[in-house]
Amino acid sequence: MAYGPHTDGDRARMLAALGIPSVDVLFDDIPPAVRAAGLRLPPALSELELVTHLRWLASRNRVDLASFLGAGVYRHHIPPVVDQVLLRGEFYTAYTPYQPEVSQGTLQTIYEYQSLLAELTGLDVVSASHYDGAAATAEAALMTCRATRRERVLVSRGVARQYREALETYFAGPNLAFDEVPLVAGGPAAGTSDLAAIERLLAAPDRPVAGIVAAQPNTLGLLEPMVEIGRLAHAAGALFVAVVEPVSLAVLAPPGAYGADIAAGEGQPLGIPPQYGGPYLGILACTDPLVRQIPGRLIGQTTDADGRRAYVMTLRAREQDIRRERAASNLCTNQALCALAAAVYLAAVGPAGLRDVAATGAARAAELEAALAGAGAPRLHGGPYLNEFAIRVPDAVAVHRRLLARGILAGIPTAELEPDDPALRDGLLVCATEVTTPDEIELFARALRDELEAGAGERPGARPAAAGEAVR
Amino acid sequence: MVPPDLRYTKEHEWARLDGDLATVGITAHAAELLGDIVFVDLPEVGRTVAQFGAFGVVESVKAVSDLFAPIGGEVVETNAALAGQPELVNGDPYGDGWMVRIRLADPAQLDALLDATAYDALVAAG
Amino acid sequence: MSVTGPKLQPSLFELSRPGRATPRIPTPPAGALDRLPAAARRATPPALPEVSEPALVRHYLNLSQLNWSVDGGFYPLGSCTMKFSPKVNEWAARLDGFAALHPLAPDEVAQGTLELLWELEELLAEISGMTAVTLQPAAGAQGELTGILMVRAYHRARGDLARTEILVPDSSHGTNPATASMAGFRTVSIPSAPDGGVDLEAFRAALGPRTAGVMITNPSTVGLFEARIVELLEMVHGVGALAYMDGANLNAILGHFRPGEAGFDVMHFNVHKTFSTPHGGGGPGAGPVGVRELLAPFLPAPRVLRGPDGRFRLERPGERPTSIGRVKSFVGNAGILVRAYAYIRAHGADGLRTVSDDAVLAANYLKHRLAGTYDIPYDRPCKHEFVASAASLKRETGVRTLDVAKRLIDKGYHPPTIYFPLIVEEGMLIEPTETESIETLDAFAAALIEIAGEARTRPDLVTGAPHTAPVRRLDEATAARQPNLRWRPTTRVGPEERS
Repeated sequence: MAYGPHTDGDRARMLAALGIPSVDVLFDDIPPAVRAAGLRLPPALSELELVTHLRWLASRNRVDLASFLGAGVYRHHIPPVVDQVLLRGEFYTAYTPYQPEVSQGTLQTIYEYQSLLAELTGLDVVSASHYDGAAATAEAALMTCRATRRERVLVSRGVARQYREALETYFAGPNLAFDEVPLVAGGPAAGTSDLAAIERLLAAPDRPVAGIVAAQPNTLGLLEPMVEIGRLAHAAGALFVAVVEPVSLAVLAPPGAYGADIAAGEGQPLGIPPQYGGPYLGILACTDPLVRQIPGRLIGQTTDADGRRAYVMTLRAREQDIRRERAASNLCTNQALCALAAAVYLAAVGPAGLRDVAATGAARAAELEAALAGAGAPRLHGGPYLNEFAIRVPDAVAVHRRLLARGILAGIPTAELEPDDPALRDGLLVCATEVTTPDEIELFARALRDELEAGAGERPGARPAAAGEAVR
Repeated sequence: MVPPDLRYTKEHEWARLDGDLATVGITAHAAELLGDIVFVDLPEVGRTVAQFGAFGVVESVKAVSDLFAPIGGEVVETNAALAGQPELVNGDPYGDGWMVRIRLADPAQLDALLDATAYDALVAAG
Repeated sequence: MSVTGPKLQPSLFELSRPGRATPRIPTPPAGALDRLPAAARRATPPALPEVSEPALVRHYLNLSQLNWSVDGGFYPLGSCTMKFSPKVNEWAARLDGFAALHPLAPDEVAQGTLELLWELEELLAEISGMTAVTLQPAAGAQGELTGILMVRAYHRARGDLARTEILVPDSSHGTNPATASMAGFRTVSIPSAPDGGVDLEAFRAALGPRTAGVMITNPSTVGLFEARIVELLEMVHGVGALAYMDGANLNAILGHFRPGEAGFDVMHFNVHKTFSTPHGGGGPGAGPVGVRELLAPFLPAPRVLRGPDGRFRLERPGERPTSIGRVKSFVGNAGILVRAYAYIRAHGADGLRTVSDDAVLAANYLKHRLAGTYDIPYDRPCKHEFVASAASLKRETGVRTLDVAKRLIDKGYHPPTIYFPLIVEEGMLIEPTETESIETLDAFAAALIEIAGEARTRPDLVTGAPHTAPVRRLDEATAARQPNLRWRPTTRVGPEERS
């Protein structure tokens, strides 16, 4: 066995104390009909073999590309001090802080995380974390139904497709309904939530709306009219859920400022590497009146028997171990170490540093926009964006693949982002952050110009868009 | 042991009658089982409750429990003090820790409740 | 750092002073944000703390010293499987090839991770005797929801809308009934038999045409293998319902029992329990789900597929319409799954079987050492964990399990799981795992026996415990009555603006 301390001598001593000849006796209560014959697994690897194998697997991923891919997961410079803190065994091999007297480290770091996110979001109650942005958004939508006792939610198509899909899955069980709010098709507000459509959707008196969910920035990188959406929601007695990107909150108005009742989002940009999808950090925050509705752990400040300031998990009666089938959510394990990463990241960069990250991304994105427009790919939309936007590229899926062969990860084809939106068939969603370099921008622009000119030089119909081209 | 002038449910609620109004709360035994009470979720005034129907929830640090109405009727008043001081239920369960006042719909329902002796016996039996 | 013991720390906000934060990136160009409409801009900067890197490091290092951890000491938490997290797994997860990969990167540049995930599915399927596995759920509870949503989809696909109930033993973990509710089912709680196992007759009476499924933890939450499992599964299938196994206790039965082979239709794994991924202070983990063939069409999307040319890809949107959809954004907590994969590859079949053998042997040895001092409600061989009770101790001395647990802290141990499952009075659920030495087990038993003695001679020492932890018992009532969930500055001090 790979890591345990027991020698045959140790085992013999324990068996002797129990008065049994072998450990098999302890498995006699497994009915013979269901006793396993053994496992057919590859032979055990020594540590050297394991290391070699894992290195080989990792090398088969290409992470050296000039990447302009965002779409909810963003590359940022993570100060190495973050990982140094995460590598403390006292943090990463600790358990959930059910015994607060021996868990003040974890408890205080999570309380600080809650406080930091409260500052960023402008909402006072922040849960100790959820699985990821999609799960947090689904839970936020469920909260609106519980709080208003209504059964229908409006979700903007400006919210990322994966989030809408997760919401659909979470809504299936309790038989709740949601309608999608379309995006404006053309004009200056193109690509943002259609306010007139929201008004129409709110107008059904026999189907009252519990909440409206919109994202800022939205899935196309555009800034949404959050104040107006919030107003429409509240006028109809609904709650307003804002899906947010945390780095942007350094420079954009936070949910608390524009009347959101609940904020959800993906905390990955705060010091967490992409890792092909997780573990990430679901941000979930709400106003004080909704505190009893929020799922997930909450850490509170209190005092001990000697009057010392200390921290403890609180409002536990919301949780599954106490409420069981009446719990709002079955959430147990959360993403505590990821919340710690976010807290250390925020402390490591500081408020001015976070603002600089956002501002640098905005500056690079403006340079990227100019370079790509100069290469023949203007933006698809006209509205303001922070650091992510869509450009017009005919035959985008094929162009994306050819750019990949040239070492450029040109964002993601908008047709893959939103497969059922015909307006997004020929585009690429690209982003820039503080790690994007001018050289990379130039490389992308030059290669894109080549591809666009090669495509334009062909006669229409001479080479059809590759049939059956893989769409993610 | 429990106040002799009240009526009780098997779920450890009490009712004090005054004409057609019943003041309702939970017994000291229930409060002790729950431990430090941290929140009481009460119905809106005007809501109608059925006898033995759930009318609210009481939460302690480590437990949660439904509250069942000793008699059916309209909720005419709730104890606003509990919002800021839920510990009143622990400290004075039959007095300042009262929870709701209900206007009785049917006085005959009182027959279904336990008197003090019967409730004490229930608690003693465990 | 104090050399005389861990010290409480002020908060980051109290350490903050304007201008102290360590700059990390070059100053951005002036006016970078001018193109944004003023209405969308933040009016006041967030009042985040400004601390230098040295102060930050001291803050977190000192806080870490206030924590109990597996790396620091014994953690006999029943149902949590606090085994050692091998360090090679931390190295592996941090390889740039794994860590820097974007989840939306095209399949052709993600072949390494896709192969690892595909292979991990195969390994878990073999370990569990299931046909197919999804790695998407982020935790055991999310795995439970995924599994029960698949059960729901299965019945709906058959046109059977009458299946509205899920049966759950009253000894179950709270996530089971909470999951059933989230999936839109009514939970029917079935009392356990006196021997701690399922009450077959109670199950038989409750099973019927309204039963969508049952959720069984095996070994049970009192650490006993369900001896009547064959009859139970037959009864469940006999009424057309499906059987879900909560795999939290898989550490007891690796190589000895394969749930899918035995007749369970769906189960979840807790990789942060059985497969050693670190607990992180409360996550992250991962909760893969295994299913038999009849549920495979409903697995969350996207699945990881292997083509005839040996290359791997993710399913495309809409490729499998029967899927229940997704429960989170991407394919799973791949960073955690790398660790689980490494663990399984390091052990192989014999290694995993030895893990269970040693875990079960250690639990029985510890139970044997404590019998006679504490009540042992279930007097037969246990699996990887067992329940002890302080009920007799409480009757004789007034000292409760809670007090014993807190006094263990003074003796240098993390308390076991207490008051779970709910069916045992004054219960302590103790799970040593296979990575603790016999010396540790002996010392732990001695400490518990010593506390029982103290309960008789110096009960105040026990009821007032802990005395030596960084903090004493906390005022949880006030914490819940007047929740203080965030730092509030008494005066707001904004950061200095740059550019």
